[in-house]
Formats: sequence, structure tokens, C-alpha cells
Amino acid sequence: MNADRHLSRRTFVASLAGLGFAAARAQAQGFAGLGGEAAGFAPVAPGRKFVFPDDFGAHPEFRIEWWYVTANLHDTNGAVYGAQWTLFRQAMAPGPQREGWANQQVWMGHAAVTSATAHRFSETFARGGVGQAGVTIAPFEAWIDAWRMSALPPLSDETFAPLQLTAAGTDFDYALRLDAKRPLVLQGDHGYSRKSERGQASYYYSQPYFTATGTIVIDGQSNAVSGPAWLDREWSSQPLAADQTGWDWFSLHLDGGDKVMLFRLRQKDGGHYFAGNWIGGDGRSVPLLSDSIDMTPLAFTDVAHRRVPTQWRIAVPSHGLAVDCAPLNVRSWMGTSFPYWEGPIAFHGSHNGVGYLEMTGY
Amino acid sequence: MKRAVWVLAVLLSHWRRHPMQLATLLVGLIAATALWSGVQALNQQARVSYDRAAALFGGARTAMLIDPAHATFSQAAFVALRRAGWPVSPVLEDRVQVNGRSVRLLGIEPVTMPAETASSSAIDRNDLHAFVAPPGRTLVAPEALRDLGLVAGATPRINDSAELPPLQSQPQLAPGVLIVDIGVAQRVLGKPEQISRLLVGKTAHGAGDLPDKVAGATLQWVAPDSETDLARLTDSFHLNLTAFGLLSFLVGLFIVNSAIGLAFEQRLPTLRTLRACGVSARLLNVVVVVELVSLALLGGLIGLIGGYVIAAALLPDVAASLRGLYGAQLPGTLSLQPQWWLAGIAMSVLGALAAAAASLVRLARLPLLAAAQPYAWQQAQRRWLLRQGVLAAAMLIAAVGILIFGDSLLAGFAVLAALLLSAALALPVLLDGVLRLGGKGARGALPAWFWADSRQQLPGLSLALMALLLALAVNVGVGTMVQSFSATFVRWLDGRLAADIYVSAANETQAAEIRRWLATRTDISAVLPGARTEVQIDGAPVEIMGVADHATYRENWPLLRSAADGWDRVHRGAAAFISEQLSRRLHLDVGSRLRIDAPGGDWSLDVVGVYADYGNPKGQLAVNIDALLRHFPDTPQTRFGMRVAPEHIANVIAAMRAAFHLDARQLADQATVKAESKRIFNRTFAVTAALNTFTLGVAGIALLTSLLTLSGSRLPQLAPLWAIGITRERLAVIELLKTMAVALVTALLALPLGLLVAWCLIAVVNVKAFGWRLPFQVFPMQLLELLGVAMVAALLATLLPILKLARMQPTTLIKIFADER
Repeated sequence: MNADRHLSRRTFVASLAGLGFAAARAQAQGFAGLGGEAAGFAPVAPGRKFVFPDDFGAHPEFRIEWWYVTANLHDTNGAVYGAQWTLFRQAMAPGPQREGWANQQVWMGHAAVTSATAHRFSETFARGGVGQAGVTIAPFEAWIDAWRMSALPPLSDETFAPLQLTAAGTDFDYALRLDAKRPLVLQGDHGYSRKSERGQASYYYSQPYFTATGTIVIDGQSNAVSGPAWLDREWSSQPLAADQTGWDWFSLHLDGGDKVMLFRLRQKDGGHYFAGNWIGGDGRSVPLLSDSIDMTPLAFTDVAHRRVPTQWRIAVPSHGLAVDCAPLNVRSWMGTSFPYWEGPIAFHGSHNGVGYLEMTGY
Repeated sequence: MKRAVWVLAVLLSHWRRHPMQLATLLVGLIAATALWSGVQALNQQARVSYDRAAALFGGARTAMLIDPAHATFSQAAFVALRRAGWPVSPVLEDRVQVNGRSVRLLGIEPVTMPAETASSSAIDRNDLHAFVAPPGRTLVAPEALRDLGLVAGATPRINDSAELPPLQSQPQLAPGVLIVDIGVAQRVLGKPEQISRLLVGKTAHGAGDLPDKVAGATLQWVAPDSETDLARLTDSFHLNLTAFGLLSFLVGLFIVNSAIGLAFEQRLPTLRTLRACGVSARLLNVVVVVELVSLALLGGLIGLIGGYVIAAALLPDVAASLRGLYGAQLPGTLSLQPQWWLAGIAMSVLGALAAAAASLVRLARLPLLAAAQPYAWQQAQRRWLLRQGVLAAAMLIAAVGILIFGDSLLAGFAVLAALLLSAALALPVLLDGVLRLGGKGARGALPAWFWADSRQQLPGLSLALMALLLALAVNVGVGTMVQSFSATFVRWLDGRLAADIYVSAANETQAAEIRRWLATRTDISAVLPGARTEVQIDGAPVEIMGVADHATYRENWPLLRSAADGWDRVHRGAAAFISEQLSRRLHLDVGSRLRIDAPGGDWSLDVVGVYADYGNPKGQLAVNIDALLRHFPDTPQTRFGMRVAPEHIANVIAAMRAAFHLDARQLADQATVKAESKRIFNRTFAVTAALNTFTLGVAGIALLTSLLTLSGSRLPQLAPLWAIGITRERLAVIELLKTMAVALVTALLALPLGLLVAWCLIAVVNVKAFGWRLPFQVFPMQLLELLGVAMVAALLATLLPILKLARMQPTTLIKIFADER
């Protein structure tokens, strides 16, 4: 059920590689081959007790971490939009946090908005230790440059709400308020999210019940929007397995109120590792078994010289789910340092609803 | 198509019959292209080097934010601006001493560095992690590594204190710069959380969006500059080169013009015949243009090769000049870009077309069956002279106008150009006047014919004579300037280099040891400490020189003007002498006041004198050394001069060299320093002098080709004289006298014009370009020498056509009468 995070993590690591941190990446892959904990970084083990608000903040003793929000929005005329806000952290080296410029943390931000006709994105980088990017717990704020996710006090430790979310690129910006009435959801097995047969895992929790309201500006055109949003928080020290080439991750807001997270991890040998969680109307998060998930590409789009599956048939027979997914904009391509596809989708079939799709490694 | 090929073949056959003409045409094209493209190659090479340097400084291509009131400001401003959405990146910079050499230490932040800067900077992406993570890296150009006497991996100390991260050689870097991570720079410079400036990446923000205060600092927006600092400093030098290149190009085109004019003249019958055979005017025009362009391509290509050779030959001098004058580092080998080749070829083709324009227009209007040319040359010539005279007067007025109202280097060159053009245009008018006067005094038919015929020859020769006039005038001008310069420079050096021995210790510890050692010697009359620091005044770097209060300086300092008690006031610490450059730039003079931001608080100085500081691109202040050290306590005190009796100089130097292992850069006697300084300055003008010589040579060739052209077309004038009994030898002597006479008049006119040019260079161009003005001096021997050179050049150019005439077969002369023309 953590495939998306794998995806994101890989995005991050690869982006840094693109930036020049090849050493870190090579090191990461070396550790993956060993299948053990990254030397010097904190290990990920089952049975961890999550504590809030502490776990809203950063865990610098782990190698990688992210704060990830996706929102399915619509304006008063019914026009549909998507928004993405992501803050990644990676430690270049383990050990005690060094002061100032010597600090070993590097931060990366991705932001995007999507409409039926446009997809705009931006990315930025920062080094830790000087205040250009970071996360504070009280009051809660996660930021890089002018992009921020901050508490609108009083912040509930149970729901992680209300939050204010802002980001801007040269040709877009948005400001969203996130509210939630239901508590956070632990993904995987009580927050321990397994990512491969060989034991790679992360700590992972979500807030799938956010309601976003605010404005999106594309090319100077301002739109008042609202809709469901989804936050993911995940951290780990372990890299992906070397034979994993990419993944396809879904977050689904079912019209009935249920939430579903699914992913497919593609392997070099053509095999797949499936995982996911079904979050029922009662807020209970149930892990889905690998053989209970079926994901089939229906149509492909050529984007940025790549062939990307943009229409999918998703089935989880154990929960009676059989839907066809179509993107709002087939060209939701994130042409960032490490490029990937991420954008809003809508689905129809046994259930109707909206969600987000993230695909890497194409 | 086939017809066109045949027409082309017919036209080309002309060159087979007149190989000398073809050679002349090609020589003109080659000379023009070679000189022009040679100069361009030098300029391009220099610009590429400046860009390489500028890419690292990061200040030139991107907008910047600085704190005009302070050398550094808090890094909190960086964070505040980033958090306000500004794509800024911090830089901390300072001059530091490494192994006794002064270098720039540049601390950068690679993660936020604007892409346009980062992409051009030399940090290998794969090395980024090693660069930012402790211990980090110090990137340095291989040349600088050699200069510092260090190897990759070494961890030298700066200013004898903090240790730098391991050195790593980076070939793309500019020499003289060490690059480290911003965090490292803050640590080793002892400036925690301080930055010198912020680079601004691509943003919709402008200067107007900047808050009044950013983290307590008032920042100033510095707009991106299309030019780099070095490019700006060296602009005048390159403008100089370009001006000469252009002059040579134009002189080359004179040759092309006369060669094409002659060929056209001689091919007129062929062209008429072709037209009569049914070749359309359009086809004929096209074929002639194709022929011309082909020749231009050939000449241009050979010219480019010549240009490359010239540039390669001059590069060492240019590099030495730029290094000596501006500290700009140029690699010793040429590397040319494709644009250079294309531009060279284009110049050649366009130049050839321009030079042939008159002939082409005539061809286009060629009447199918024209009779012999109408010969009302006198009326035509009168109109032509009138037009020339009016144009010359207009150019002269323009020159005076620009001189009065212009206030830039470009205006200075415009004055020069207008003056030269005016003189060139006026030349035929003046020559005509002189020849007419001569004609009035003539007795007998032959002398009368001599004068009249000389006048009639003027239009054909005038272009070549103009070229000669320009080349000579520029020669006189530049020669006078260079001579004035060396005369002044020697006196000035005597004043500025008053001490007998100069020492620059590797560090303060060694400096102290040397001072102790010197105190024990009896053969040293005085030790004169010196110190130097640099500040920004009005956004430009200004050197502050600390000078000891000693008779050596009081007696020798090259003051141009000063207050009566100048030295006493400087000694008291609240007054300064300023260099002429600074005086001109900041409009300061004796009696003005100057404020300097010093670490020890604001320093207010009265200007009590202005001194000559030739060749320094930066402004300079001379203050009392103790006052300087009070206000700038960090200034390294590693330099000093010594007064030593002449007979002890060699001993002292040998002893010091042995005791402290000082190399030639660190320890030098006055004579050596002077020789080195003179060498640098001589090389500065060596390029100018070389181009000068080329120009004169090309002018000589222009004269030769014009005379060759004329010798063919003038046979109808000469043949009747021969027919009435004047021998060919006598005719040849008359021709020689005529040419020498007009050349002499031209050369004599060139001398005052040259002095005018020299005045322009010294009083206008130099002042704008370098900020200093030399005393103007005239060197009569030099003028005589040039006059001689001009006459020899004219004689050589005349010789070939004259010999041809003297040996001409009588049949050729008789045939003139049978010719339709």
C-alpha cells in the first residue's frame, strides 16, 4: 500500500541524482542490495507507536521523508482541477544534525496544478540548516521558499487540520485551506508499510478526509475551487529494490465516502508487486492482499517521448470494486529533474468518484 | 543555365589574360579580410575568456542584490527573500592571500544558484555532494594551481589562518579565483552568516518589488549587465583594435575597388559584344555578380587563414597587454568559433560587392551600342571636386560638433573618424588646388601638360591617395601618442618607483621576520612600509594605498597638482591624494571631500592632491599608512620598499633571497620593476604599432594597384605625346615625377592631420578610455622618418607601372590610335 511513497521517494532520490547527488543514490542502491538497514540511519521496524503532533514534523534520523498533498477540485461552474503540493527531505549523510550550511539535509519541493487543458508545475531545492526550507511542529509549518503548509491554529492533533497550503510557479499559483472532521489513518500494518517481498518498508500515515477550499490561478485567471484532498506522510531509510523499475499509484475518493489506496510496483522481470489499503466509512484501514488487486492499462498516451498508460481498469473483487479510470488531462507530465506523470483522475463503474494517479519509471 | 556558364567562361578568360589584375584583386580581398578577421579573432578570444571569468563571478549575467552601505550583510536576507518567493542565491566573496599571492575566494551555494549561472559555472554535477559536504572542495583553475605552486588535494591556509578544503583542479574555471561552498567561505573568512551579494534568478519580480528593508538590510538592485566587468574595463582596448581592423579593411577595399574598376573598364568591349550577341542584361548582371562573389569567397577564405595567422602572431602581445593592464587572463592559444569564419566570409563578400557597386551600377545601365565615352572630363571633375569639398566640410563640422558635445569613448572615436574622413574627402580638392597653382606657373607646353594631366589623373588616383593619407595620418597620430607616452611614462615611473628594492612577503609572519632582519643591516638607509586595500566607491573598485611619510615619496610622488601643505595633511591622516582617473570619474579635485566605508567606521578624507597613475584601470587613493591601518585593521602588511645605496643593492637582494627564499615576484629591485612595467606598456602598443604597419603596407598596395589601373587606361593620353617625339623614357620620368609630387603633397598634408589625430587620441580617446591624459609632445624626427617611409612606399608603388611604360613596345602605343577608344 505504500507504492505511491516508493514512487515519490524514488522521484526524490532520482531528482537529487539529477542535481548531482549521485553518490547518495549509489549508496542507497548498495544498501538496497544488502536488504538491511542503511548504515547510520534509523531502521524501519513494525510496531512503531505514532505520536502526534511530533510525527507531523521531520525525522532527520531517517534518510528520506515527504509531506504530500493532492486535491481533486472543481469551481462553481463545474470545471475540474487538480492540485499537488510536495515537500521532500533527504539526508546526504547520517549522524547528528550539523549546524548551518554544514547541515546534511537537502529539501526539494514540487507543486502543480492541472485543468482539462493545462498542466503547470514547478520545482525548487534548498539546503537545510539555514531556514530556506524545513518543518516546525509548534506551530506546525512545512515550507520551502514561499511554498508552505501551515497550521491555522488551533491545529487538531487527531485530524491534522485545519491547514493552509500555498505554492506558486511562474505561471500558476494556489492557496487552499484544508479541513478534516475525521482522524488520520495509518497505512499498511498500523503505519508499517511494506514495499517489497524482501522487506523494504516505510512508516506511513494519511489524511484522506481533507476538504480543500480556496483559489487556483492559472495564467492570471483566478478560480474559486473546492473538493476532496489527500495528505500522505511517509519516511524511511531504505531504498527500493534494484529490480524495481517504477510504479503506478492510485488514491481514490469513492462517492460513498470510502477511500482506497492502491499501487503496482513494476519489476524488471515483468512481474508486479501489488499492495493497498481500503479505508471504510468507519475509518478502519484494511490492508489489501497482493492477489486481491487487479490493475490493467486500457489506453496509452505519448507524452514527453514516453508511452504512458493513462487509462486503467481497476478491480478489487473482495470489496466489489470494478472501475475504469480516465485522467482529467492525459498530459499531466511533471517535467522536473526526475520526470513522472501525476494528475487527477475520475472513475466510473461499480463505484464512481475522483482520485489521483502517479506513475514513475516510464 | 548553359548560356550562363558560357558567359561566365568568357568573362573569366579576362583574368587569364591579366593575371596581375586577378592577383591585385585577390590581394585586396585577402588583405581586407585578413586584417579585419585577425582583429576580430583577437577580440572574440578575449570576450570568450571574459565570459568564462564572468560566469563564475555570477554577477554579470544575472541581476544582483547588494547592500551599498556595507561589504557584507546578513544571510537572513537570503532566507527572507527566498521565503517571499525570490529566486535568490547567496555569494560571499573576498580577496585572500594564499602562498603570498592575492586571489579571490568565492563562496557559492550550488543548490539555489540560478540555472543560467550554474550551467555556465564549472562545478561538475557529480561533484556537488563532495563540494557541499564536509570537508568540501576548493575548485581552482589549473593555471592558478601552478601559479600558487600547489597541487590538487593540498589544503593551503588563507591569510595564514584558516585552512581551505582540498584543492581540486577545474579546467573551465577562470584563473585567480578559488571557489568553495558558501558555508566554507563563511567559516574560513570568519564571517559567519554573512554574504556579499545575492544573485537573482529568472523572476517576474523587479527592482520595484523589493521591500525597503530585508532582514534589517537596505538592499540595492543591480540590473544584469550585458557586459562583464572585464569586458567593460577592456572595452577601450578592443575598440582600439576594432578601429584599426576596420581601417585596414577599408584600405583593402580601396584596392578591390580599383582592381574591379580596371577589370570592368577593360571588359567593356567584351560586355558590349556579349550583349550584342543576345545575352540579356539581367543574365549578364547575375553572372558578373556570381563571378565577383566567387572571387570574394576565394579571397575571403585565404584572408581568413591570413587573419588566423595574424591573430596567432599578435595574441601573445594582446594577452600580455590585457594581463598587464587589466589582470585579464587570456589563454595562449586561439580557439575560434564558427561564427568567426562565417562573419569573415560575409565581410569579404559584402565588402567586394560594396567595392564593386559603382561598376555594377554602370553595367546595369550599360547602353547596348554606346559610342566612345564622352570626354567632358573637366566639367565632370569640377562637379566631383565640389561635391567632395562640401562633404569634407560637412564632416569637419560634424567632427567639431562631436568634439564639443560628445562625452564618451565612442564619441572620441567618432571625432577621429569624422576628422579622418573629412581630410580624406578634402584631399582631392586640396591636391587639385595645388596642381592648378602649379599649372599657372608653368611655362612651355610640356610643363603645362604635366600639371593638367596630373589634375586629370586625380579621380583615378584619389582613392589610393586617400588611403595613403589615412594610413600616414594614423601612423603619425599613433606614433606621436606612443612616443609621448613612453617619454612621460619613464618620468612617471621614476616618481612612482622611488624605492630601490621592493619586497612582498608571503605572509605577515615572514614580513615581521624580514623587518627584524632588515633592522640589523647597516647597508639599508630606510624601510618604507606599504599596504593596500580595496573598497567600492560608487559601485566601482578603488584601491587605497598606504604610503609612509618619507622624503622619498615627498620628493618623487608624481603629483599633477596639490595643496601647499598636502603632504603634511596626508601625514595627519584626514587627507588623501587621489589618482587622475578617480578625480575624473568622481569629479573630485583638490579641495573636495571623500567618504569611505571602513571597518573602523566612516572615514572622511580631504582631497589635497591629484597624481598621475597611468595604466591603472582602477581609481586609487594614496593615504598615510598608519591612518590606513587604523581604519582597515585587517590590511595585510606584507609589502615594503627599501632605500639602499646603489652599490649595496645587489648584495642586499642576494642576502635576502638566501635568507627568506623569496622568488623574483616577491623581491625585485627598482630597475627590474621598471623594466617590467615598461615592457608591459610597450606591449600594450605593440599591437597598435603592428596593425599600423600593416595599414601602411596595404595603403602602399592600394597605390600600386591604382597606378596599374591607370597605366592601362591612360595610354590614350600618353600615346599622342610619344607620337610627337617624347621618348618613352622621358614619359616614364614625367609619370614618376607626377606621382611622386602628388604623393609628397599627400604626405605633407598627412603630417598636420596626424598630429591632430594624436591630439584626439591623447586628449579625447585616452581620457575616455583610460581616465588619464598624457602631455602632448611632437617628435620632429619621427615625422621626417614617416615622410621618408611614405615617399619610399610611393616610389616602390610607382616603379612597376613606370618600368612597364619605359619598356612598352612602340606597337602598343601605335595601336592606341587604331583602337576605337
